[in-house]
Amino acid sequence: MAEYKWPEAGKRALIGKRTNRVDGPAKVSGSAKYTYDVKRPGMLYGKILRCPHAHARIVSIDTSEAEKLLGVKAVRIIQGPGTEIQWAGDEVVGVAAVEETIAEDALRKIKVQYEKLPHLVHEEELEKVGDRAKPAAEQVSGDPDSAFKEAGVVVEGYYGLPVITHCALEAHGCVAEWEDEQNLTVWPSTQGVARVAGQFAETLGLPAGNVRALMQYVGGGFGAKFSPDRWGVETARLAKQAGKPVKLMLERAPELMVAGARPSAFARIKVAATKDGTFTAWQSESWGTGGIGGGGSPPIPYVWNPPHQRKRHTAIAANIGSARAWRAPNHPQACFLTMCAIEDLAAALKMDPLEFCLKNIALTGERSEIYRQELIQCAELMDWKKKWHPRGDPSVGPIKRGLGLAIHTWGGRAHDSECRATIHPDGSVEVSLCTQDLGTGTRTVVAIVAAETFGLPVDAIKLNVGDTRLPPSGGSGGSTTVGGVSSSTRRAAQNALEQLFAKVAPDLGVAPEQLEAAGGTIRVKGNPSKNLTWKQAAAKLGVTPIHATGKNPGPGNLNSSGVGGVQMADVSVDVETGVVKINKMAAVQDCGLIIDPKLAESQVYGAMIMGICYSLFEEKVMDRATGRMLNPNMEFYKLAGMADIGELVVQMVTGPEHDSRGVIGLGEPPVISPGPAIGNAVANAIGVRVPTLPLTPERVLAALEKGGVA
Amino acid sequence: MGKRKRTDTKPETGLSRREFLKGAGLAVSTPLLVGEGVAEAARPATDVKILGPGKVPLLLRVNGAKHSLSLEPRVTLLDALRDHLDLTGSKKVCDRATCGACTVILDGLPVYSCSVLSVEAQGKEIQTVEGLAKAGQLHPVQAAFVENDAQQCGFCTPGFVMACTAFLDKHPNPTPEEVRRGLGGNLCRCGTYVGVRAAVLQAAKTIKGGGIHG
Ligand code: FES
Ligand code: FES
Repeated sequence: MAEYKWPEAGKRALIGKRTNRVDGPAKVSGSAKYTYDVKRPGMLYGKILRCPHAHARIVSIDTSEAEKLLGVKAVRIIQGPGTEIQWAGDEVVGVAAVEETIAEDALRKIKVQYEKLPHLVHEEELEKVGDRAKPAAEQVSGDPDSAFKEAGVVVEGYYGLPVITHCALEAHGCVAEWEDEQNLTVWPSTQGVARVAGQFAETLGLPAGNVRALMQYVGGGFGAKFSPDRWGVETARLAKQAGKPVKLMLERAPELMVAGARPSAFARIKVAATKDGTFTAWQSESWGTGGIGGGGSPPIPYVWNPPHQRKRHTAIAANIGSARAWRAPNHPQACFLTMCAIEDLAAALKMDPLEFCLKNIALTGERSEIYRQELIQCAELMDWKKKWHPRGDPSVGPIKRGLGLAIHTWGGRAHDSECRATIHPDGSVEVSLCTQDLGTGTRTVVAIVAAETFGLPVDAIKLNVGDTRLPPSGGSGGSTTVGGVSSSTRRAAQNALEQLFAKVAPDLGVAPEQLEAAGGTIRVKGNPSKNLTWKQAAAKLGVTPIHATGKNPGPGNLNSSGVGGVQMADVSVDVETGVVKINKMAAVQDCGLIIDPKLAESQVYGAMIMGICYSLFEEKVMDRATGRMLNPNMEFYKLAGMADIGELVVQMVTGPEHDSRGVIGLGEPPVISPGPAIGNAVANAIGVRVPTLPLTPERVLAALEKGGVA
Repeated sequence: MGKRKRTDTKPETGLSRREFLKGAGLAVSTPLLVGEGVAEAARPATDVKILGPGKVPLLLRVNGAKHSLSLEPRVTLLDALRDHLDLTGSKKVCDRATCGACTVILDGLPVYSCSVLSVEAQGKEIQTVEGLAKAGQLHPVQAAFVENDAQQCGFCTPGFVMACTAFLDKHPNPTPEEVRRGLGGNLCRCGTYVGVRAAVLQAAKTIKGGGIHG
């Protein structure tokens, strides 16, 4: 049996080379079809009436006028009288009509009476949330009381990040079409094609095999697109009731109100060090909300593990759309809370935070040596030693400049995946698996791995993805995809190749083990002139193609998990206006063996930009009186634009010791550090901590009122 | 954040807000006071044609081809392109002139097609992303997007490609600063701006070098 491993560094034709995204041409020409672009014959458009109140009980619903409207084909009550609604924007009635505009007209004709109930949508002050608080048990390790008593320096601070949304540019939604009473096809906008089909089947009470899901392209997910969601299931029900395919995509406002939320996190933190800067103790009282269910507790202290700790987290039930996994769930929050406290501690010690981190690096555990190297590399990229100054830029004039840093970690263990490789007698090659490409480059990675294994160019590989009739792969979340699909593809391709070798070995007069595939040929190892072209070799198959499958997990060390990473930011703050500008950011990131450095860098650039977005602009602004989101649109829920990002530098950490770790996912890790790197740079610039993100002019000026250099 | 695109192209139907305010005898920046001007505005001027609410016949010239349609006058150019001509490259994201995902070129100018009524686009040359490649060959802007990996999920990409194409038309030799300012009207959630910056500068070189076709 084949030995499953990645080719040696010197023998890689494609892996580790800068290959262009294989679906780039489809995306730039507008021919890439997203769920949002799917149009089926006779298709109706679905719309949903949503509850305007943050907390209410439905008293009555009258849909009769809507049903009478010409062009309306189905009306369904989603949550009926008596239901307690827990957030503004929750689904109440669904409508399908021949045109989108008619469906909108129909919603206006539906009458719903509500009994309003008291709501809570603000949680930044723990004292004011009353019985909505659900405290967890206190956790203690070491002897924090003595540690704080004996400490050389103790610093206390308050820090926090509000709830933000995912805001993928393609909204949630799907198209649903019934073949007959029992068989459904859905085109979802999802991060998990294989999984979502099963969830539709389960909710609708159909056998799993009766739901087919199809998706070629998805316009972003970032963790918010795993389930069919209530609106997806209702789309299928509307389609059944109307006897026609229905398409229902969320409008931007509900997309931002109910279809994505990253839990908030606030904390009062006390940290201690000895006089020489040894980090000894941590104490935190943290809280946050992820909607009515509470929300996860951030893993603090993050990455750093001082010997003495006391911590307690309180989940708060708030009337906002429920939390969804947001790229690196809980890590950006934990990293911000921890790295800000550490920076404040270093400032109190009058120490350069880089020195503080290097001095205490052993507290980061098993990856401490990687972190040490990454800190040094990143500092060089930023010219840190020359540019760093103690807290508060002493230069005259209103523009203050500062540097900040943060470190992060992520698991990224490869998910389950099954791949089928097919070699046709005409020499064409297909690789098939029900995975999805979120824009991370999954297609490209699969094509590169298959092409590398077969010794063929990337464009010789025909890829089939996004269809539940193909072998299943896991959902794309938690940076688990690249490890899974690259490993299953490698094994499938090696298995297929083994069969081909067996077929052609007699013609070349050697044993199959002496053959290799390279440069478009099947050749004898050590004697490359003795070969068959790929086409000649495939022709030996006669009329029967080779089908071989490969799975992950499986034999051979093709992937692993656990990465580190460091980011640093250089910012300017105008202390008269409060405006923060990013001058430069650098990221140093390890992720094992890199299949395509070009796409890997894109992931890191993208994550840093997303980080700039949540550091400077993003916040779900809630109205205390009505409990509604005040900015469910893209002019007031702001994302960074081209002019807001400064200069970005990405350095991927590579080399034999990283290659030997196999493939590890990269989607999450680089989005974790930007918040504290930027927040710390601002504190370093203006001499005072701006405690909560986003670092809006208003928050910066409020902090400056209390001190700093202005 | 960057320059606004023109969505107030002069309509034949007298429906633009600017024209309305001008007609009411008010400068755009003048505070609206209740008075004679407003009273006058409430009375429709005699030359304003009222369309709808039912469907009206419509002629659109898209990528050089003429299309006759019958649509309610409230249908935007974006919806007409996507739902009635199956040109789905342009995307709807914010639906209110903020993100640029719906950018098309109207008589040489980039516009947010979500905020242009299809009736207003009549008599104009409409160029969409689908019409950019010629004879199967990518336009230099598209080729540079692929080469510089200026797309991830790709949902913002067609709008960006159109905005960049129109931008390079106006600024054949852009400085990096002009690129930053001039393309601030398009938003990307995946964070492809580094690739887009590089792509625009590279495309500018290709176009100058005679690499443009058609
Ligand atoms: S959809 Fe038109 S600008 Fe956003
Ligand atoms: S590439 Fe995904 S939004 Fe721009």
